[in-house]
Amino acid sequence: MATNTEKDTVSGQYTTGHEWDGIKELNTPLPRWWVWVFYITIVWAVGYWVVYPSWPTMNGYWAGTFGWHSRTQVVQDLEQAQAAKGVYLSKLKDASLEDIIKDKDLLNFALAGGRSVFNENCAACHGVGGVGAYGFPNLADDQWLWGGTLDDIKTTITYGIRNTNPNSRQSEMPAFGGGDKLNDAQLNDLAEYVLSLSKNGTDPAAAERGRAIFSSNGCDGCHGETGEGNQAVGAPALAAGMWLYKAKEVKAQKAQIISQIQNPKGGVMPSWADRGLDDATIKELAVYVHSLGGGK
Amino acid sequence: MTQATVAQGAKDATPYFDDVIQKFVLAATFWGIVGFLAGDFIAWQLAFPALNLDLEWTSFGRVRPVHTSAVVFAFGGNVLFATSLYIVQRTSRASLWGGRALGNFIFWGYQLFIVMAASGYVMGITQGKEYAEPEWYTDLWLTVVWVAYLLTFVGTLYKRKEPHIYVANWFFLAMIITIAMLHIGNNLAVPIALFGGTWWKSYEIYSGVQDAMTQWWYGHNAVGFFLTAGFLGIMYYFVPKRAERPVYSYRLSIVHFWALIFLYIWAGPHHLHYTALPDWAQTLGMTFSVMLWMPSWGGMINGLMTLSGAWDKLRTDPVMRFLVTSVAFYGMSTFEGPMMSIKAVNSLSHYTDWGIGHVHSGSLGWVAFVSFGALYCLVPTLWKRKQLYSMRLVSYHFWISTVGIVLYITAMWISGVMQGLMWRAYDSMGFLQYSFVETVAAMHPYYIIRATGGVLFLTGGLIMAYNFYRTIKGDVRTEVPYETPVAAAARG
Repeated sequence: MATNTEKDTVSGQYTTGHEWDGIKELNTPLPRWWVWVFYITIVWAVGYWVVYPSWPTMNGYWAGTFGWHSRTQVVQDLEQAQAAKGVYLSKLKDASLEDIIKDKDLLNFALAGGRSVFNENCAACHGVGGVGAYGFPNLADDQWLWGGTLDDIKTTITYGIRNTNPNSRQSEMPAFGGGDKLNDAQLNDLAEYVLSLSKNGTDPAAAERGRAIFSSNGCDGCHGETGEGNQAVGAPALAAGMWLYKAKEVKAQKAQIISQIQNPKGGVMPSWADRGLDDATIKELAVYVHSLGGGK
Repeated sequence: MTQATVAQGAKDATPYFDDVIQKFVLAATFWGIVGFLAGDFIAWQLAFPALNLDLEWTSFGRVRPVHTSAVVFAFGGNVLFATSLYIVQRTSRASLWGGRALGNFIFWGYQLFIVMAASGYVMGITQGKEYAEPEWYTDLWLTVVWVAYLLTFVGTLYKRKEPHIYVANWFFLAMIITIAMLHIGNNLAVPIALFGGTWWKSYEIYSGVQDAMTQWWYGHNAVGFFLTAGFLGIMYYFVPKRAERPVYSYRLSIVHFWALIFLYIWAGPHHLHYTALPDWAQTLGMTFSVMLWMPSWGGMINGLMTLSGAWDKLRTDPVMRFLVTSVAFYGMSTFEGPMMSIKAVNSLSHYTDWGIGHVHSGSLGWVAFVSFGALYCLVPTLWKRKQLYSMRLVSYHFWISTVGIVLYITAMWISGVMQGLMWRAYDSMGFLQYSFVETVAAMHPYYIIRATGGVLFLTGGLIMAYNFYRTIKGDVRTEVPYETPVAAAARG
């Protein structure tokens, strides 16, 4: 076929003499830079094979002259990261929560660590900065269900709330109403009383009737006579008017209170010790949460 | 168009089965729009999760494989069938082996495969392997169709009246054979129940890291052979044909073809850097990817240099713009790929949006653009029209889609690098600086830019479909031509 070759006037190259559906090909030599870069990548690859783990062999693989291994690399990286935290971390392990907040440098360290751990583990429910969400407590205000001291916070984080850990904080509000316990009128009166505790009542006469129902059903046993709550059993302070399940409008709030009386909800929080956070990390978290605005 | 058509200007009256090709062209246009639409829908879902509509069938996890399969296998696949069967007939001066009957079987069989796969995805039937989601019964059906394709292609080459096999056909044949091997190798699975119950469910014969390695051997070479080799075949025919210039270098085509075929198949492990995959396999994946750089660029050089002496066509022929721009994107993403395979770079880029940006610079810029160029060449020829309905519309399509791609890939580069840097940022005390959710929030604006780019790309596809409709109808739009009659006459 080579007899059909012809010279291309644009490039000065000859064609190969073949033609397919009108398409011809030039016999241009390989671009020199292309060949050289290709060679360089090959030489580089061979060099890399010599120094790093590369080809499999009959009984293993070529480990490379650098003796590099990704597992060793990870261990080294983790050790370096721990070493960077160094002195502070070892101090933090032995320090009590009170010691931590007294030592300015240690406190800074704990707050930095706590923020990082909080954002990765806690913010999904409690929000970045602990601002809370519907059904999830705000950690930045001074209202606490289970106590806002450093130790209370640490206990809550360590063991959690209403989970299967034996040390978990436990409490359950019984269901009132339904059946013959409380009728609709009584439920309305009771809800009006609860609203009136936080000065949101709409019907003083009903609230007055509700007060009797409140005490005769033992609500005050946990929530207190004036609705001040009881942190020992996680009973919300009704008088504070800051509830987990709180709508914006008073009318809807009343419906929610009635719903809570009839079918009480109780949030669950996991035990973060069971989830694998070590004691030092939980200390960092407790200090961080305590610092958010409401620590006692 | 039921009769076999006789090739224009062929040396003898070989009947080409162009009605089969027409069907593939129409299917490619249709599935392209479906695929672009699905892709843009899930892009908006990432920006606004409410668009999942709280329905399992429309959730991101189910629509995403619909998007990838629709663009890769339905759009890309139909383009490959259309072009390869068109090109193999003309460059062999032979009609399709197996005739119209086998051609139609491949067409309808392949469309059935697409419908079986996509309807399974939305109902939750999946193997959970990326780009290999269809379950065993769909895989078996595709195998039958693919073997018919192989027979047709090889049979037509065997019947050829040209002494040599044209370079485009090497690439197509490499694609067909390798895809067969990958498809079977990666889909070896055992159904858990043949009658009753969950008969559609199967389990892979591989497990753990072997399964991961097989999956990415498949996944990477699906890119390498389906989306690279196959579309290089398209480039090798339509670029010289449209430019009316000889291919730049026959020698380069031989060397880069064999180098590409030999090296690509090793590169899969770079998808599994820093995982349970043994270090030695990661090294091989990385080094072969880097060696793949020049063999990939051989195709770019041959594509661009073929334009020597015909660069003016970029001004006068919007179809040529699609073809040339596609080769430029090809060059860019085949440099980016080896770079991202280097472990130090990969430790930043892996699992981030940078990967998505890389894939789309290749798939939108290279695969889709070379496909658009080829389809614009094919439609007037196949339907025997003197010209397209409108060259201005081709130009609008080109610019709208190009802006769309630029928005898409720059948004993903920025958000990907940002995401990677945020993940690895430590504060002065040695603690992680950002939580995962903060990185997600930071990406929100880029998701909107990306989805907007997708709207533009989809718009371009709709313009193309309209142009095809009017062309096939026989209309010609009254518009100022890109080349004045005087210039055209002077050019000869």
